[in-house]
Amino acid sequence: MSRLIDVENLTLQFDTDEGRITAVDNVSFSLEAGEVMGLVGESGSGKSVTAKSLMKLNPRNAVYGPDTRITLHLEDGPVDVMSLQNDTEMKIVRGGSISLIFQEPMASFAPAISIGDQMVEQLMIHTDFTKAQSKELSIEMLDRVGISDPSTRFGQYAFELSGGMRQRAMIAMALSTKPKLLIADEPTTALDVTIQAQVIDLMKDLVTEFGMGIIFITHDLGVIAQTADKVAVMYLGKLVEQGEVRDVIRRPAHPYTRGLLAALPTLDDIDAPLTPIPGDIPSPLERPSGCVYHTRCQEVIGPRCSAEAPQFLQVDTNHAAACHIHDASEGAA
Amino acid sequence: MSQPTLISAQGLSVHYALRGGLIGPKPYVGAVENVDIEIASGSFFGLVGESGSGKTTLGRAMLRAAPISRGDVHFDDGEVSYSLKNLGKQDLKDYRKRAQLIFQDPYAALSPRMTVRDIIAEPLEVMGLTSSRAETDERVREIAAKCRLNVEHLRRFPHAFSGGQRQRISIARALVSGPKFIVADESVAALDVSIQADVLNLLKAIQEDMGLTFLFISHDLSVVAHVCDHVAVMYLGRIVETAPTRTLFSNPRHPYTSALLSAIPSLDPDDRGKVQKLEGEIPSPTNPPPGCKFQTRCPHAIDVCRIQEPSLEPAGTEHHVACHRWQELRDQTN
Repeated sequence: MSRLIDVENLTLQFDTDEGRITAVDNVSFSLEAGEVMGLVGESGSGKSVTAKSLMKLNPRNAVYGPDTRITLHLEDGPVDVMSLQNDTEMKIVRGGSISLIFQEPMASFAPAISIGDQMVEQLMIHTDFTKAQSKELSIEMLDRVGISDPSTRFGQYAFELSGGMRQRAMIAMALSTKPKLLIADEPTTALDVTIQAQVIDLMKDLVTEFGMGIIFITHDLGVIAQTADKVAVMYLGKLVEQGEVRDVIRRPAHPYTRGLLAALPTLDDIDAPLTPIPGDIPSPLERPSGCVYHTRCQEVIGPRCSAEAPQFLQVDTNHAAACHIHDASEGAA
Repeated sequence: MSQPTLISAQGLSVHYALRGGLIGPKPYVGAVENVDIEIASGSFFGLVGESGSGKTTLGRAMLRAAPISRGDVHFDDGEVSYSLKNLGKQDLKDYRKRAQLIFQDPYAALSPRMTVRDIIAEPLEVMGLTSSRAETDERVREIAAKCRLNVEHLRRFPHAFSGGQRQRISIARALVSGPKFIVADESVAALDVSIQADVLNLLKAIQEDMGLTFLFISHDLSVVAHVCDHVAVMYLGRIVETAPTRTLFSNPRHPYTSALLSAIPSLDPDDRGKVQKLEGEIPSPTNPPPGCKFQTRCPHAIDVCRIQEPSLEPAGTEHHVACHRWQELRDQTN
């Protein structure tokens, strides 16, 4: 496998009326071609903002940290995403090499333009295809994602399609430009379980066929277990744990990941009590000192947790967590 | 059942008129069709199904918040006994006090311009259940404490609260009139997992503490498995299977229930590809298929399924299933 993207020290803040809010704090990860990375976290953890910053898709009040480096490795050489300035340059990452699928398929299609016209439009922008070629490819893609009677659907509007169908059309549209990286932001959250299973299946097939990398954003650890190769867990803008999917789910190393798994109702033992994580996610305006999770953590080991931000430490091969409990010097002291 | 029935539906249908039909019978959508359901007093009754299955409409009909087109709903809490189809104005007012709804979205359900105290007190004032402000305050404080909200919280406005806290405010508002029956419609769907567990535990505690009866509507089977003692599965306006929770999850008899259970993403990464995939989508209720409503997606459908609609038949203790082939399919798996 070849390296697809490197994200180093991504820090992103927003200037608001109430002050500067830290949305993403020093996040680093990388992704290989053909690899699926799950990005997990609750609302407000910064997972969507992180993914969008790979396309520099942030509002005007966004301020990137000076050490932020995002490098996209393309066939023609690496692209430094942070240095992209105007819309023309940004085309590479916005819809060209990176495509984005949103959570709400109804909101991501323009209601008054047919599905087909929207698909053709983006192909005309990103490729050298003629209008006829674009139409042909669009219909082929609709067929590929399992939409029956694609030439009729091509002329229809978003409201004429069911939720699952819209999400399929969205995937067809996102993939028609043959992106190297697909960011799927909660693509199945608004769907029913049976439709979710269909969409997950479809995405797996497409990874195999197109060999692209996927960043799969979700709050559902079950979906992660069924789709991802590796997982990154975020809490309040911080990456708290990262590793292979089996390691993270079977041997979670960060108390937050453990808490998430314990809070999850599963069908294996329906009599098991549900254990909530105490307290609420703090407001981004009141970021806790030290480890951002210490206010809710049930494994606090001492004053160090509220005083000092933990380093990202290896707990196993390709498995790391940012928690003081894994600091050997602490254990010796 | 050892407990008496609190609320039950007999042949309940909810129809909504469609446009057109100048000649011949008026066209309609059968959102709920011929539903029989019995909810025992003090139970936590789960209602599951995909979007468009009619679970919300059924819940609303049981609150007399959706029109009852055919059949009836009976409510009997030992003090009063009502037939919801023909409920007088006065009785309906009284029923509102006894049956309440908790909404899905705690962000939309609370008025941003009212303090938490006023939000919780509003049902008392509207229904005229208290005679003085002091009495209202007393009642609000009592119910707020049950929902783990303190006096300080009561003075604030909803925007100052997180999703979990807001849902606790909604719960307090639903409980303040002293209802016997609560419909919780996707009440934890909008919450994060870490908070969801907390709200579920609260609902369970309140139910046991106050002896309430819950109709818990959800699309999330894992949540239902954990909190409910009895579950009904709906598909296209019909109940296709109903059973005590343990029975339903260990021995699902309807192919739709099995498919739903199988579609829940497992936490074990090595379970990949084991999903029993269901093709297609739920048909539109404006144009339901003939025969069994599930036949268009059912892997076991045969000729009879395409012609005749199955009715609910007993499949065990308190276990009912509406499938022509459930016995055959059971014998195959055993």
